Amino acid sequence: MLASITGNGWALFGAALAVILAGCGSAYGVGVAGQAASGVVSEDPSKFAKVLVIQLLPGTQGIYGLLVAFVALSRYGLLGSGSVELDVATGLMVMAACLPIGIVGLISAMHQGRTAVAAIGIVAKKPDQFGKAMLFPAMVETYAILALLISILALPAV
Amino acid sequence: MSETKFTYAVARIRALEVSLFSASVIEQLIACRDHESCLRFLAERGWGGADVPLTQDAILTREREKIWETMREMQVDMSVFDVLSYPNWFHNLKAAVKEVCTGKSGANIFYEGTPLSGEELTRIIQEKDYQALPENMRGAAEEAVDALLHGGDGQLCDVIIDRATLDAIMEAGRAAKDAIIRDYAESTVAVADIRIAVRACRTGKSLEFMKRALAPCGSLDIDRLAHAALAGMDAVTEYLSGAGYAAAAEAIKESPSAFERWCDNRIIETIRPQKTNPFSVGPLVAYVIARENEIKTVRIILTCKQNGLSDDSIRERVREMYV
Repeated sequence: MLASITGNGWALFGAALAVILAGCGSAYGVGVAGQAASGVVSEDPSKFAKVLVIQLLPGTQGIYGLLVAFVALSRYGLLGSGSVELDVATGLMVMAACLPIGIVGLISAMHQGRTAVAAIGIVAKKPDQFGKAMLFPAMVETYAILALLISILALPAV
Repeated sequence: MSETKFTYAVARIRALEVSLFSASVIEQLIACRDHESCLRFLAERGWGGADVPLTQDAILTREREKIWETMREMQVDMSVFDVLSYPNWFHNLKAAVKEVCTGKSGANIFYEGTPLSGEELTRIIQEKDYQALPENMRGAAEEAVDALLHGGDGQLCDVIIDRATLDAIMEAGRAAKDAIIRDYAESTVAVADIRIAVRACRTGKSLEFMKRALAPCGSLDIDRLAHAALAGMDAVTEYLSGAGYAAAAEAIKESPSAFERWCDNRIIETIRPQKTNPFSVGPLVAYVIARENEIKTVRIILTCKQNGLSDDSIRERVREMYV
């Protein structure tokens, strides 16, 4: 069955993985941070802006996944009607290039969501420490950015 | 994943913890001139409410109600707090047994908000329908009624029900998935055992009495504790120092009020790690205990003010705060 998958099929599968995995991670991260943000705002609405910024941090992985998928699809002519026929080896390489942001995006967004929850706890108790609180989940972002870089650099090299 | 189901509630608790009384607020309350100014200070801090009279009982009762209103609003499974309510449940059982056996009924002797109301408990005891009680109450209820009806021993009745309370708390701790419940149960039973041993030692109770009253727990050997209490207070403090309760031994040597303060502070120490826990039910349980401790501390201060005790005497009785 795998042998019947064309190069275009593998490339599309890779792009889909980048979007799905990173998107799922972001959905979880933003969701769990949103629950914490709602808890704080229900007691103190004045902290809405601060907790919203922290809640959004785990959302970036989903955007990175979309970006990588978009680059992959546009670079290999898979967007629109005038598509090119990729051989299987090229399709698999495109998929491999999409995997870093897919996998790292999923895991980092989940962890960033949990760190964002803890950071929202800091803002709830000490709003003046917002800057420091935001740094903790932002640290997790580093690894998503590294994975994004590798995916973006690997795609033209295929 | 399951631990994140309390994310909303824990974040809300974090926001609420800001309004918990810190040691400095307690100090301001102690510094108030008299009982009336203490009540005004509490009202300014949002205690009580617009429709609550400015009296000690009304304010403190309303604050207790607020704790459970908050927990219910968060749609949390309330059964996780059962272990905290066991003393009230068993107190109601004790009140019902005494009411039925002595034939004297007093006003407001039952706590509200328990699974079985005071009236229902009274009916159960009157009709000896012990099967209608929760499993952990049945044996104690039957035994306590027997002790009071046939032996006329009110103290034994109290001991039987208090021991059943401690056993129920310990059992709930053992069965709990959450570490906070296990730690709370262990600390509560250990502190209660130490308190029983100290009081039994002071009043010269028998070994048999102590063995009947002390509940087994993980951190204390109740047999050794009972023998130490029989030998004297020095033996109790020596045993406690060796069993990891050196602070309790110091407090016993200092004064009775210092010891009572240590008992409550020990529970607060047990829950303190929950201040930095962003997930699980732990911070919610800790908040309920912290609020109860806060209300108890305020009650102590108000009562001391009412009786004209000096600020230093009040400070000696004030409990450690959670925040």
